[in-house]
Amino acid sequence: MSAHHESILREPLITGDNITYAKITNDVLDPVENKPNKAWWIGFTIAAIGALIWVVAVSYTFWTGIGAWGLNKTVGWAWDITGFVWWVGIGHAGTLISAILLLFRQNWRNSINRSAEAMTIFAVICAATYVVSHMGRPWLAYFCLPLPNQFGSLWVNFNSPLIWDVFAISTYFSVSLVFWYTGLLPDIASIRDRATGLRRRIYSILSFGWNGSVKTWQRFESVSLILAGVSTPLVLSVHTIVSMDFATSLEPGWHTTIFPPYFVAGAIFSGFAMVQTLLLVVRKVMGFENYITMFHIESMNKIILVTGSIVGVAYLTEFFIAWYSGSEYEQYTFLNRFIGPYWWAGCMMYGCNVLMTQLMWFKKIRTSIPASWALSIVVNIGMWFERFVIIVISLHRDYIPSSWAMFYPTVVDAAVFIGSIGVFFTLFLLFLRVLPAIAMAEVKLLLKGASHQAKKKLIAENKVDPEQVQYYKQSLVKFDSVPEAETV
Amino acid sequence: MGTHSHQTHNFSAQFDFSGKPKTWSLIAMVIGVIAVLYGFLLDPSEFHGERTFANLLLMGYYFTCVCAAGAFFLAIQYVAQAGWSAGLLRIPQAFSKVLPIASVILVLICAAGLFFHHNVIEDGKQVEVPFLYKHWATHGLADPQSEHYDPIIAAKSAFLNIPFFLGRLVIFLAIYSILAAMLVKFSENEDLNGGLSNYKKSFTYSTIFLVLFGFTTPVWAFDVVMSLEAHWFSTMFGWYNFAAMWVSGLCAMTVIIILMKRAGYLTWINQNHLHDLGKLIFAFSIFWTYVWFAQFLLIWYANMSEETVYFYKRWEPEFKPWFWLNIVINFVAPVLLLMSRDSKRKESSLLFVAILLLLGHWLDYYIMIMPGTVGAEGRGFGITEIGIAIGFVGLFTFLVLNALSKTSLVPKNHPFLDESLHHQI
Repeated sequence: MSAHHESILREPLITGDNITYAKITNDVLDPVENKPNKAWWIGFTIAAIGALIWVVAVSYTFWTGIGAWGLNKTVGWAWDITGFVWWVGIGHAGTLISAILLLFRQNWRNSINRSAEAMTIFAVICAATYVVSHMGRPWLAYFCLPLPNQFGSLWVNFNSPLIWDVFAISTYFSVSLVFWYTGLLPDIASIRDRATGLRRRIYSILSFGWNGSVKTWQRFESVSLILAGVSTPLVLSVHTIVSMDFATSLEPGWHTTIFPPYFVAGAIFSGFAMVQTLLLVVRKVMGFENYITMFHIESMNKIILVTGSIVGVAYLTEFFIAWYSGSEYEQYTFLNRFIGPYWWAGCMMYGCNVLMTQLMWFKKIRTSIPASWALSIVVNIGMWFERFVIIVISLHRDYIPSSWAMFYPTVVDAAVFIGSIGVFFTLFLLFLRVLPAIAMAEVKLLLKGASHQAKKKLIAENKVDPEQVQYYKQSLVKFDSVPEAETV
Repeated sequence: MGTHSHQTHNFSAQFDFSGKPKTWSLIAMVIGVIAVLYGFLLDPSEFHGERTFANLLLMGYYFTCVCAAGAFFLAIQYVAQAGWSAGLLRIPQAFSKVLPIASVILVLICAAGLFFHHNVIEDGKQVEVPFLYKHWATHGLADPQSEHYDPIIAAKSAFLNIPFFLGRLVIFLAIYSILAAMLVKFSENEDLNGGLSNYKKSFTYSTIFLVLFGFTTPVWAFDVVMSLEAHWFSTMFGWYNFAAMWVSGLCAMTVIIILMKRAGYLTWINQNHLHDLGKLIFAFSIFWTYVWFAQFLLIWYANMSEETVYFYKRWEPEFKPWFWLNIVINFVAPVLLLMSRDSKRKESSLLFVAILLLLGHWLDYYIMIMPGTVGAEGRGFGITEIGIAIGFVGLFTFLVLNALSKTSLVPKNHPFLDESLHHQI
């Protein structure tokens, strides 16, 4: 939409007075160009300890084999695949924000896409570590690539969804990385232009010679659009194929046709929750209140509500069809989620993902920062339990009661999981130090049309309908970054 | 507020429903009636009654789905606070106005199909079965004393029984119709009174509509279509039908918009709006394929007999070419024809693809409905199929154009109208 005709009803995407292009650069680059503060160091230390735990736990697994985990004959897949799917799911929000919201011309994506994409990349890295570590003999990881027969006659089984996964996730990772990096180019060039010495040389190389000419911008725009078009089906494909790891089997609770879109919706749901978890903190600690506004927070909460409800429809459909199918194995699987020994996990899954997110219907909760943050954590937990429930509860009691068993995680299981969270935060905190957490160049595009100061100017010029102005001002009440005097 | 553009468009002009569109839609309706009469009375084939009912169900369902998709579009635009579409909202509003009529027709078809019976020979025995939903509504299927007893159907009979089935259908369609009518009413009140109160109400009721619609449409599809083969089940089926409904609804809107533009109306709808509609059609055709493929792949891969039976029937020689043609029309065609920016912005190419997809989704429903009703032996494509389809197209055109002629063609006080008029991509 052309900024000139943007309705006054639309809430501002940038708040604050006297925001200039220069001020945006200064604000966003502040953490990159200055020494880290105490909060960062505390966070980094904790995260790095977590990463260290991960290194120890994974090394131990490599050394002793996956017998170090709590797996058994019946439950041969548990926390490893739960963690893998959880991380891949989280890795969906970034590309959704950068690609799908770009295609839908949702300008509010501009101030959250950068960190969401970075988060995506780190989450996919965490997921990949599970793939490698659960191989048992990770030095043979190349076996899942279609290599020539000189490597032996063991050819890749292209009928296996696990192989599809290798291709889907590596493609997704590559495209996400390219998308993220292309978006970074103008911002890296800004850092370069302000830097001196070695720092300037490094950012100069990283900026690929970006010179800000009209031509570079044109190419930038068209490559973004093409990458958005390419990544949109990729976002869907990744979790679709992850879901097929389960749904192609004969396992009750796994084999159901709704799995692909249901997993994709769940992935977006959990991804947005993680973006919310991170950005609410980043916004506060780094002072980005004017760029990541209450409108952004509320919009993300709305997406969490919508995707949570889509997941809810899928849950209900599964329950209904399990009954409708008349298959006693299907029926027992779903009943077992509530009456079996893992009933508490089932309650966590349905309670956190469906019931708790319904709280987002209340505007007071959607626009409260502490409540949003708490709910985002609830969703993160709920989505972990969803995977645990689907994987472990389905496996532990399936067709033959004589092979029923329980799964108990070992310390190593727990350490790998907690450690992966450490790895994720370590990478994210390092990212905040070296690259701008907000896409400055893209946010600047919004300054003239979609900022609060531009709207105030329009109101001052008396060019807009007074009733709409009133509506606009009322919508600002929830904004913590707009002074109360301007909201009535 | 960009007053310059207001001078070039005549916002108070109303659509004049007369002349050729009126004549032709009436003729089409007459053709439809003749085809129904032919199907019931004159068609010499053994399956003629069931075949006519199957076609009535197909078109009744298609008709209702397209109208419901219009209401869904309307609600989505309000909830998403979309600006680009404000100038074309009267088209989905016309669909919404027709939704109650379509709903009544669908309910009547289902009720008549369940109520009227005929005799068929099954395993050498004569069985009295209803014209529609014979796989669960035949008398005695749920009765252990009966010779027709079927334990699988009996287990579902708490859900698949005539009163509950018709009750659900009526309640769902009533909810959609009433909420859709409210959205239309708010928009018309907005024309008269201006202000934002109607806009705010539209937002609230759109949200309610979407929640109810989202939670109930899968059941609607399970009932009307999936239960034709009552043993079979697929969790994806609801969303698969939703995707078909959404694509065909978008196509129907696009066709009407382009034809209205050609008749000199809707001057404020330009290439940019068509481009957006084209993108939605393109994207959701791929989404439809995605859902179709995921359902197919998972059933094919797991190869469980109670699931594969669905595709087994569709791979019999009578259906197999149609089965693959469905993918060619609904996936390959839009992907190839709508990929480029130019083809989405050109009226003629977009119109062609939209009509092609409307035909394609008829075929999609045909593949869903026919194997579970007339089956491979009774499958046909002739006067009954073509005539009934033409009849419903005529009915839809007549009712929608008639609804469009009642109000001005633009919601002139819509707060985002100015954004829509200056929409540029």
